[in-house]
Amino acid sequence: MGALFTKDTQAIFWNNNASAIQRMLDYDYVINRVKPSVAAIVAPTSGNKFEKFFYGADEIMVPVFRNTVEAAAAFPKADVLLNFASFRTAYDVTMEAIKIKGQFKTVMVTAEGIPERLARKMNQAARDAGVVVIGPATVGGIAPGGFKIANVGGTIENIINSKLHRAGSCGLVTRSGGLFNELSNIIAINADGIAEGVAIGGDRFVGSVFIDNLLRMESNPEVKYMVLLGEVGGTEEYKVIEAVKSGLIKKPIIAWCIGTIAKHFSSGVQFGHAGASANADAETAAFKNTAMAEAGMFVPASFNDLPKTISDVYTKLRNEGIVTEIVEPELKTVPKVRRKKEFICTISDDRGDEATYAGYPISSVATPETGFGIGDVISLLWFKKRYPKWATDYLETVIKTVADHGPAVSGAHNAKVTARAGKDVISSLVTGLLTIGPRFGGAIDDAARYFKYANDRGMTPAEFIDYMKKEGKTISGIGHRIKSVRNPDLRVSGLKKYAAEHFPATPLLDFALEVEKLTTSKKDNLILNVDGTIGILMVDMWRALGYSESDIDGFIEAGALNAFFVVGRSIGFIGHILDEKRLGMPMYRHPTDDILYNVEMADEI
Amino acid sequence: MAQRAIREYDGKAIFSKHWEKYFSGFHYGFKSVMVTNGDELRAKAQEHGFEWLKQEALVAKPDMLFGKRGKNDLVLFRTNKPGDVTLEEAATWIDAKIANETVLLTGQKGTLTHFIVEPFTPHSQDQEYYISATTVGEDDVLYLSAEGGMEVEEGWEEKVNEVTIPITMDDASIAHLIRANVPTGIPTENKERFIAFAEQFYKFYRDQNFAYLEINPIVMVGNDMHILDLVARLDDTAGFMMADAWCGAEFPTAFGMEDQSPEEKAIAEADSKSGASLKLTILNPMGRIWTMVAGGGASVVYADTIADLSGNVSDLANYGEYSGGPTTGETKFYAETVLDLMTRHKDPKGRDKILIIGGAIANFTDVAKTFTGIIQAFETYAERMKAHNTRIYVRRGGPNYEKGLKDIKEAADRLGLYIEVYGPETHVTDIVRMALEK
Repeated sequence: MGALFTKDTQAIFWNNNASAIQRMLDYDYVINRVKPSVAAIVAPTSGNKFEKFFYGADEIMVPVFRNTVEAAAAFPKADVLLNFASFRTAYDVTMEAIKIKGQFKTVMVTAEGIPERLARKMNQAARDAGVVVIGPATVGGIAPGGFKIANVGGTIENIINSKLHRAGSCGLVTRSGGLFNELSNIIAINADGIAEGVAIGGDRFVGSVFIDNLLRMESNPEVKYMVLLGEVGGTEEYKVIEAVKSGLIKKPIIAWCIGTIAKHFSSGVQFGHAGASANADAETAAFKNTAMAEAGMFVPASFNDLPKTISDVYTKLRNEGIVTEIVEPELKTVPKVRRKKEFICTISDDRGDEATYAGYPISSVATPETGFGIGDVISLLWFKKRYPKWATDYLETVIKTVADHGPAVSGAHNAKVTARAGKDVISSLVTGLLTIGPRFGGAIDDAARYFKYANDRGMTPAEFIDYMKKEGKTISGIGHRIKSVRNPDLRVSGLKKYAAEHFPATPLLDFALEVEKLTTSKKDNLILNVDGTIGILMVDMWRALGYSESDIDGFIEAGALNAFFVVGRSIGFIGHILDEKRLGMPMYRHPTDDILYNVEMADEI
Repeated sequence: MAQRAIREYDGKAIFSKHWEKYFSGFHYGFKSVMVTNGDELRAKAQEHGFEWLKQEALVAKPDMLFGKRGKNDLVLFRTNKPGDVTLEEAATWIDAKIANETVLLTGQKGTLTHFIVEPFTPHSQDQEYYISATTVGEDDVLYLSAEGGMEVEEGWEEKVNEVTIPITMDDASIAHLIRANVPTGIPTENKERFIAFAEQFYKFYRDQNFAYLEINPIVMVGNDMHILDLVARLDDTAGFMMADAWCGAEFPTAFGMEDQSPEEKAIAEADSKSGASLKLTILNPMGRIWTMVAGGGASVVYADTIADLSGNVSDLANYGEYSGGPTTGETKFYAETVLDLMTRHKDPKGRDKILIIGGAIANFTDVAKTFTGIIQAFETYAERMKAHNTRIYVRRGGPNYEKGLKDIKEAADRLGLYIEVYGPETHVTDIVRMALEK
């Protein structure tokens, strides 16, 4: 036990409730937290990978996941789930979270009106798993100066006025969320603020009840006394009375139950929350107030006198030296006017003395003595990582290998035709590049995608060939016009040799070579070709560098493999274009005798 | 949203709808009709499937959520001797009951409007059993007794077996537990049947999201089950998943509670259509102190404090709250409704009217925005408010509260209304003291 939250506590926020998340981050900024209190957002229907939020004047990106399991896997230390799902789904969201072993210590449920039977099941399952549930039907809780749930405390101005920006000495437990805020204010005015506070929630069945929170506060040395705001209905206050009587709770408790009005009216008028209805005398506010006073708690004569009671208890503890003066911390200020950024850049920065590539000044990578090659620059700007030499050498090998393939291939041909039409280098180059796609250069992408797909799913080479046949697809990366087993492609031999000598492991290439054995047994030229080898080894490289399978799938989907072909082949295209300029070749017109004309008179409709 | 009582008729209809799923092997006829007057009953008897109304002896009783109908002499089962009530006699009896006010032994009074009519079931006392289920603390409790009827509450401890069933208990353990706790008074020949029924009764109660379900008595004649009297409450928060299962059961106002006024109904309707919360209960239309308080907890605290400090709870005219970020339009409508009610009757003692616009420090509701709606309502009702010497006391905090307080002060001053305005530095309920001391 001890404190519920600390300054290191991080939460996963279920539902993209932008204003509540922003308030948490504003709070984090003001109190100088090192890490933002929201590690990730779960938004099942969002298509975004992250959401932007202000952190002070700047913006930060909070990652977005489709489900809690993925978010938890990415942030194993985020041990609070802020469940902002509706009353229809809040139960399922909590149950899913509880099942993730060892992840969540606290789940806060905001929805009001979860079916009672589901709420009871949820609360019991959480208790059995050792997870604290705050709510349902709550605004949450706060450890001032450490961690604040969602909208607790309201605006930043109010938070500072109510001294919720730093720990005081009171432990606060209420049922109502609206009065939680009010009580924080009262305690700030009449004492030194709260050390920890929880609004347990207004529904009939809530997870953690008064006694759970008060016992934790009893064990938290920061808390010197407690304020309990109960309500008409239920018998939870009696558990507190028992704990005080038995000596389990020794710290002073100031207590009041609201709803004394109910005694004036017969049943039928619902005062306040769903849980607020007295079924017996012992459940009335007046009865409970008397019982709490008799147990030795500090109970004012009416709610209007509560401030004085708090002030009296605090002054007494102060005089006894149990509460000491608080040194007010320095606070940062959140700017009043903030502007959202239209663009985001995470790879390079030109704002300092010298522009950087992923943090490396250009001068530190540019000249030969830096030891950085073009492969290093690509690893920095494309993948935001500094790759080891065997990997950057591989990237360079790929670029060199694909730089050109003669004037006859469609891309080079297009570039040449455009150059001869008198267009400039850029137009001609673009014409060539625009040819790159599924039929020209695309085999690298497809080979990586399909071989990885088969390998990920544990298919045998035979099953893979079978699968592709059923799909009605030829296997990308397999087959060559001229080259064959007996007449091997030396580019492929070179790549394989390099990989064998320098890659830590090549599981996908090994798989592809098994596939090749089967295909070449059918036809001699169905070899693993250069496109296939490049794509497959790229996957093996990423695996060896520690990327997850989903990261690698993301690279392939984003077109990173194609990008290597684009960079490499641009070298060749530019070569052809400069060649045309040098030769001064005239405008090209295709000979008509090379075209089959087959034009019929159009029918009238 | 809470646990809400339903009519006996609706409870039986829910049983009937799910009977085969839970109680196959037992038979239940569901011969019940609900009517609001004698003619309706006569007309029902002409319908196909309800011939039994003309053919069998009948029992008629009000179906309006209150219990102890027998003790209140509100169960018609005999004219000369038990089991001789005809259709015409039942219809005449119903019309006689709705013609006059009924006063219960508890003192509750009102007009009877809904009746349930069923066949008379001849049976002996020893065929009557008792069964009910509800939630106590975190657990379900099933109550079983071999002795049903009106007298079960006397000697409850001796007569009734309580079976406590934790929320997470599996069906096999539940079956085992019920078997181990079957009342010893159940005759051997009925024991297995009773156990089987009790087990299914519990599952029915659980799966259909009842909060309370009682049959007293249930009469077992072989495999024929007669549900002679039934009391049920549903957990209406489960309503969104139970719409069909609950056969459209309605949640009537308790007998003796005056029906809602048009204003209360209008606010309830606005509430049901809004994501925000709008609640209004009129406690005393002649009352002097009217409240317009934001927040469920704060509204209770204001009501408490007014009752404590005024010394006379009848001064408090209404209870209500708005919360959860209502729109300006919603707040305007709410404020107009309260102001209209407040300015209908002069205070009998000629005192000022007091309007408390209170609230705690809001977590996320924009105070200025909600006050804009209240200010618009002031514009309409300013003259009437002045005619009733209305004094307005405002206390509120939260997002944008400075602007809200400034706006409402300016508006009241411009309209010539008396107003005092306070923010978070003033204790939340202290405006009640100020208003009453002046």
